[in-house]
Amino acid sequence: MPTHDVLVIGAGLAGQRAALAAAEEGVSVGIVSKVHPVRSHSNAAQGGINAALNPGDSWESHAFDTIKGSDYLSDQDAVEIMCREAPEEILHLEHLGVTFHRNEEGKLGTRAFGGASAARTYYVADITGQAIMHVLYEQLMKHSERVARYEEWFSTALAMDENGECCGVVTRNIADGSMELFEAKSVILACGGNGQVWKPTTNALICTGDGIAMAYRVGAKLMDMEMIQYHPTTLAGKGFLITEGARGEGAHLLNAKGERFMERYAPNKMELASRDVVSRAEQTEIDEGRGFPDGTVALDITVVPRKRVHEALREIVLVGQDFAGVDITREPIRIKPGNHYTMGGIKTDVDGRTDIPGLYSAGETACVSVHGGNRLGANSLLDTLIFGRRSGVDAAARAKRVDQARPSKAALESEQANIDAISAREKGSGRRVSEIKLDLGTAMDKHVAVFRDEAGIQGALEKVRELKEEAKSAYIDDRGSIFNQDILGAIELGYMLDNAECTCIAALERKESRGAQYRTDFPERNDEEWLRHIDLQQGDDGPEVSYSEVTITQWEPQERTY
Amino acid sequence: MAEYTLRVRRYQPESGEAAYWEEFQVELDPSLSVLDGILQARDRDDGSLSVRCSCRAAICGSCGMKINGESGLGCKTQIGEAQELADKQASVGEGSSEGNTIVVEPMGNMPVIKDLITDMESTHWTKIRRVTPWLLPHGEPPEREYVVEPESMIDITQSMACIQCGACVSSCLSMEADPDFIGPAALAKAYRFVGDPRDAETKERLHDLANDPHGIYDCTHCFSCIDACPKGVAPMDQIMRLRRRAGEEEIHDVNNGENHVNAFVKMIEKKGTNDEALLLQESYAPGIKGKLKPTKGAIKGLLGSLPVAIRGIKTGKMRSLPKLIPGVHPKLPDGAQDEVKAIYAHAEEHREQFNIYIKGEEEVEPEPDEKETV
Repeated sequence: MPTHDVLVIGAGLAGQRAALAAAEEGVSVGIVSKVHPVRSHSNAAQGGINAALNPGDSWESHAFDTIKGSDYLSDQDAVEIMCREAPEEILHLEHLGVTFHRNEEGKLGTRAFGGASAARTYYVADITGQAIMHVLYEQLMKHSERVARYEEWFSTALAMDENGECCGVVTRNIADGSMELFEAKSVILACGGNGQVWKPTTNALICTGDGIAMAYRVGAKLMDMEMIQYHPTTLAGKGFLITEGARGEGAHLLNAKGERFMERYAPNKMELASRDVVSRAEQTEIDEGRGFPDGTVALDITVVPRKRVHEALREIVLVGQDFAGVDITREPIRIKPGNHYTMGGIKTDVDGRTDIPGLYSAGETACVSVHGGNRLGANSLLDTLIFGRRSGVDAAARAKRVDQARPSKAALESEQANIDAISAREKGSGRRVSEIKLDLGTAMDKHVAVFRDEAGIQGALEKVRELKEEAKSAYIDDRGSIFNQDILGAIELGYMLDNAECTCIAALERKESRGAQYRTDFPERNDEEWLRHIDLQQGDDGPEVSYSEVTITQWEPQERTY
Repeated sequence: MAEYTLRVRRYQPESGEAAYWEEFQVELDPSLSVLDGILQARDRDDGSLSVRCSCRAAICGSCGMKINGESGLGCKTQIGEAQELADKQASVGEGSSEGNTIVVEPMGNMPVIKDLITDMESTHWTKIRRVTPWLLPHGEPPEREYVVEPESMIDITQSMACIQCGACVSSCLSMEADPDFIGPAALAKAYRFVGDPRDAETKERLHDLANDPHGIYDCTHCFSCIDACPKGVAPMDQIMRLRRRAGEEEIHDVNNGENHVNAFVKMIEKKGTNDEALLLQESYAPGIKGKLKPTKGAIKGLLGSLPVAIRGIKTGKMRSLPKLIPGVHPKLPDGAQDEVKAIYAHAEEHREQFNIYIKGEEEVEPEPDEKETV
């Protein structure tokens, strides 16, 4: 039974940063990931990372932009911490070896990004997430004596002690199918978001909401689960992401008539308004018949000098070429809003603590909340690093303080039984896991997307519950132990359905329009009733709703225009 | 929509059976990927068909595989194009020019765990760790950022673009001959530090990589890794940069690699062709001086190379008699040697690095017919 003071589940940016921070505190650390760490989805963050580091910029300005971007649903104490600590984190990464873009003087250079009042986005071409993550992985290799890596281990459940504290994780070694109960004094869930609940999505196939579901199942509170970001520029059908950096470099959005339609929606910030605003504008153009017949509008990057495109937007030149057959330096590319980011997640405080002692969370899995109703571009990498580090530090402090509780073997036995039961299902006894996933994604993308209303969300919820029933008899083909991905898919489906149910419940509950939640039946923001978080906790009949206050420090809610 | 047949190399380790081929019929748009085809087969026909994959967009590096014998990413290879290649390959071999199967296999130079899943840890990652893959700055970091030449960051961003997919390793011919070769991915990773002005152990790194018998001089310059790399990292170019830097540092490696490179380059410069019989001598005992006063190492090296030379004769690489007489190399036809020399001179004068992040530097004039449509 492997034992560590701090166990991190997930090895993207938040997980790796947490593990390194905890190790620096001198405790023993294990990091568990269902994929090799460098395969994690933080790779996909193209555009950059925000910090008010330039002379003349200020953390207050960054914080205000973030809060305004969140449609005032973010907790301002958390935002303040994130924005204050951002510059130091960027410098730390630079010192570790991240190859950030330089200006002519050889100092860190920035680019403009959506919803920001200053150019404060630091970047490595358009592979920022990848570049940072690979550098953190270099550090994990360097510190391998202090951080044990469990690469390709799939976590199925959290282990609790008799006091209701989290003290370990049940994990399956994908390589041989063996199940292990890992003991730990602190467990940090950093498993990314749940984009696979929608189809299409910009998210990788691994983004199945594992951490959110595991925490929910042991009674942790979730928050802001209705807040799902649709990114304004994704490729139709496949859902691939075109970085906001393209608009940051000056690209235009055009409807089928060739009009720069953002003039009508955000006359000041134009294409660089916040993502919810731009996505709604696009969807309105498309819905009102001014888009292209394939349900898209166009992103015109040809207005950006070619040299600059090759230097700074290399990745999307490739995406255009390989996945759309378009040379973006010569012609506009068709795009539409697509599922992209989970603003909500496991409710945590500013040190990553959930309301279950011993259980922490950071990154997209968590909801601190710094993103509220809408996340600004280039704030997600920052969130993962700041709160990854803070949770690593606090988890280490707890580990020094408490004794290791002995988790009972019951969790391990019940997980093994669950897997045996899935394997034992007769072929043809129900539907395939893949069919249920497709139905789920389609329903969610139709009804719980850019524009929502009660009937649609209710329909989606009913579909989700129907699929939950069906999932109980969904069968798999692979009965083996070695690299049985089939069985993992069935477990992930369970995670996804829990995530979907929570999102539907929260979206039904919030009877107003704020950030990414736009209710056509309640089109106005309603601060009097709804300037509050919706919290969810597992009950006997699904998620139970409660509310918590939004923390306001110095920025009173105002009308939001761009 | 179009129909395709994927012929997949399968291996189910728990079955007790050897690897076998299985064909799957899939139906999808030609612009979708080979990975999409494999996933369709897995979703519809057989959930035990195993392949690592995640992003579907060529950024996570999970789905390295061989498609029609070529190493690359399943998600980055359009199935329509894979079909065209399969048909082209078949028609060259006098087979049918359409309706051929698309052949999908696990990556090479790595043990196979199951179906398309290979053991990257024991090969790829072990080699990556071999090159001390983290920044080694000296002293305390500055209060702000390290101030460096902007170009230096763009330069190493090319090797930072590596997603560790292993396609280059899979394609590497040198590694096939010498499994201990550090290899294209790890050496590209090494350049990422050697080229980084913040790293303080450049010399140590270069000494280490030059003197390792499986290091930078083990590459045979075959370009396979450049073809295989889905991200334009051009690992071989990074290896050549390491060699150049080692040369600049005047690292006289125990492998005689530097001398061999110099001998080769000089020969091309002067003769416009390789003279196999001279190459060995010039590598170990360059010029008249080297031959009048050969060092102990030279004699040892030359004697040690005799088996290679004999194998060369046996296998026909040095068949004709003139090729065996040093310095008497047959002239290539039609002034080809002069052309090679001219190319050499041009390259020497216009020495530039091909870097994907700088490529846009010179605006290419669009073709006349293109202009009209723009």
